[in-house]
Amino acid sequence: MADISLSEAEKRYIVDGVKLGIRVDGRERLDYRQLEIETGLVSTANGSARVRLGCTDVLITVKMEMEPPPPQQPKDGQIHFFVNCSANAAPEFEGRGGEDLATSLSAMLDRLYSSPLSLDTSRLCVVPGKHVKVLYVDVEILECGGNLFDTVSLGVKAALWATRMPRIYITGEDGGELEFMVSDNPQEVDRVDVSNAPILITHLRITENLTVIDPTPEEECCGPVQVVVGVTPKGLITTTQQLGAGTFAPQTLSASLKFPWPSRPC
Amino acid sequence: MLWKCGANVYEYRRERERRFKGDVRRVQAMVGVQEAAHPRLVTPGEVISQDTSFMRGHGTYMEKGVQVASVAGYVTRVNRLITVTPLRQMYQGAVGDTVVGRITRVQTNRWKVDVNSRLDAELRLSNIQLPGGEQRRCNVEDERDMRALLTEGDLVCVEVQKICDDGLLRLAARNIKFGKLSQGTLLAVSPSLIVQDKQRMHDLPCGARVVFGANGYVYITPTVPQEQASTYIVNFEEVPVEVRKTIGRLRNCIKLLAHHSIMISPTSVMTAFDMSIEQEFEIKDLLKPDVMQDVALATVQSMNE
Repeated sequence: MADISLSEAEKRYIVDGVKLGIRVDGRERLDYRQLEIETGLVSTANGSARVRLGCTDVLITVKMEMEPPPPQQPKDGQIHFFVNCSANAAPEFEGRGGEDLATSLSAMLDRLYSSPLSLDTSRLCVVPGKHVKVLYVDVEILECGGNLFDTVSLGVKAALWATRMPRIYITGEDGGELEFMVSDNPQEVDRVDVSNAPILITHLRITENLTVIDPTPEEECCGPVQVVVGVTPKGLITTTQQLGAGTFAPQTLSASLKFPWPSRPC
Repeated sequence: MLWKCGANVYEYRRERERRFKGDVRRVQAMVGVQEAAHPRLVTPGEVISQDTSFMRGHGTYMEKGVQVASVAGYVTRVNRLITVTPLRQMYQGAVGDTVVGRITRVQTNRWKVDVNSRLDAELRLSNIQLPGGEQRRCNVEDERDMRALLTEGDLVCVEVQKICDDGLLRLAARNIKFGKLSQGTLLAVSPSLIVQDKQRMHDLPCGARVVFGANGYVYITPTVPQEQASTYIVNFEEVPVEVRKTIGRLRNCIKLLAHHSIMISPTSVMTAFDMSIEQEFEIKDLLKPDVMQDVALATVQSMNE
């Protein structure tokens, strides 16, 4: 995340505030900042969303392609995630500086959507064994203002919800090869069912036994270690990951897993 | 699909419009123009006047016999002098300004300080008041102990002593009121929004001290009952919840004033603070855009009366 330096006095103020239950901007431990979501920005993509959480700004686009499936999964469509940390987002992303963060984010998203319960990929199948729909999700980090994982996962869910795929009809067979017709009618679109799509929630451990949700860059500077939990609307946890150099006591970890959705978005 | 945590589909065009309208209102208040008449806003490259008898002030240049603006701002005319004052500008620095800065590097006998300007400013060891009280020349031990005084990341309140030719600012902290800043929180706003004031440190009646740095860095800290003998020792005592609530509310008020391009001064901040308490907004409610707009409008109305 963005590297900023704080004085010892500022850090002490932040940490003591978390202990007393009131953060620097008046939020409580489990409160989110103002969230703004806009969909349908990029007309050349099948789906797009822009999410702004506090100062963090991300742009997600979804494009659909038809491809032959891998032999081990002939009846399932696929989702591929690609993350790019723009150099505008933070000074340390200049050149290849953002690559590590980008790789860990895309790996995280892959694991988040790996469960068949989160997204039904069998509905993305057109002809089993021959053609499936593949969704390419591109994430662009425009501004890094703390709490990147949550913002990106919310954006991916929003972009998938906004995705409109033209309906594909199989018109006939010509010498073993199937012929397709892609519908021109803007009303005839297929949507992606995101009712069970999970989102990520980041818990940052600031001091012993206390974690905060949705940390600002200043708070991230004070707490060395965080745990990211991927959870569906029904409460199913699809992935967890610990980031940063530090330790989590068992009771702190179980407390954060027990209440991973304090103000449930959807 | 319902987004229950307060998200709303928001047009980013609206945000640009809001900022522009805020800037226009701010300029009207400064220039003293009536509501109906707009101050003349120009963009770089726009022709201001064809008349060559006008004297060219800051923000303009001559091109092919006409006067052209070089910055985006409003036009002011004093007799035969035309200047264009930019709406928002990076902090240029003025001698005598009190600024808040963050130490970025510790060098041989000076510190490099980030003051929200193009270059990091310089604070020399010889320009600070050494702890111990008495005036003395600094020696080799002092140079080695520089990090004990100020290290990377520390916040200081200092004065601009000199501006070098290349724009580098020389800072000094020769007074008891300057020095390292204690527990609190820092805000960065545009320096064009800070009102010119001789005194930058204010002890507000609500129980907090605010330092309005001329460079746009505003630092909010709890009130210190008495002056410390040496200003380089930080007080790590726990700040009580009531004071934290005041500081949090002040912080959110300053943020919302900056968001709506309202000039930031002790008066405007206290008005916004009182308005937010009067309308019974919780501190974290002041982070929502509609609440921010309500309080900003109420502050502007109250200040115009």
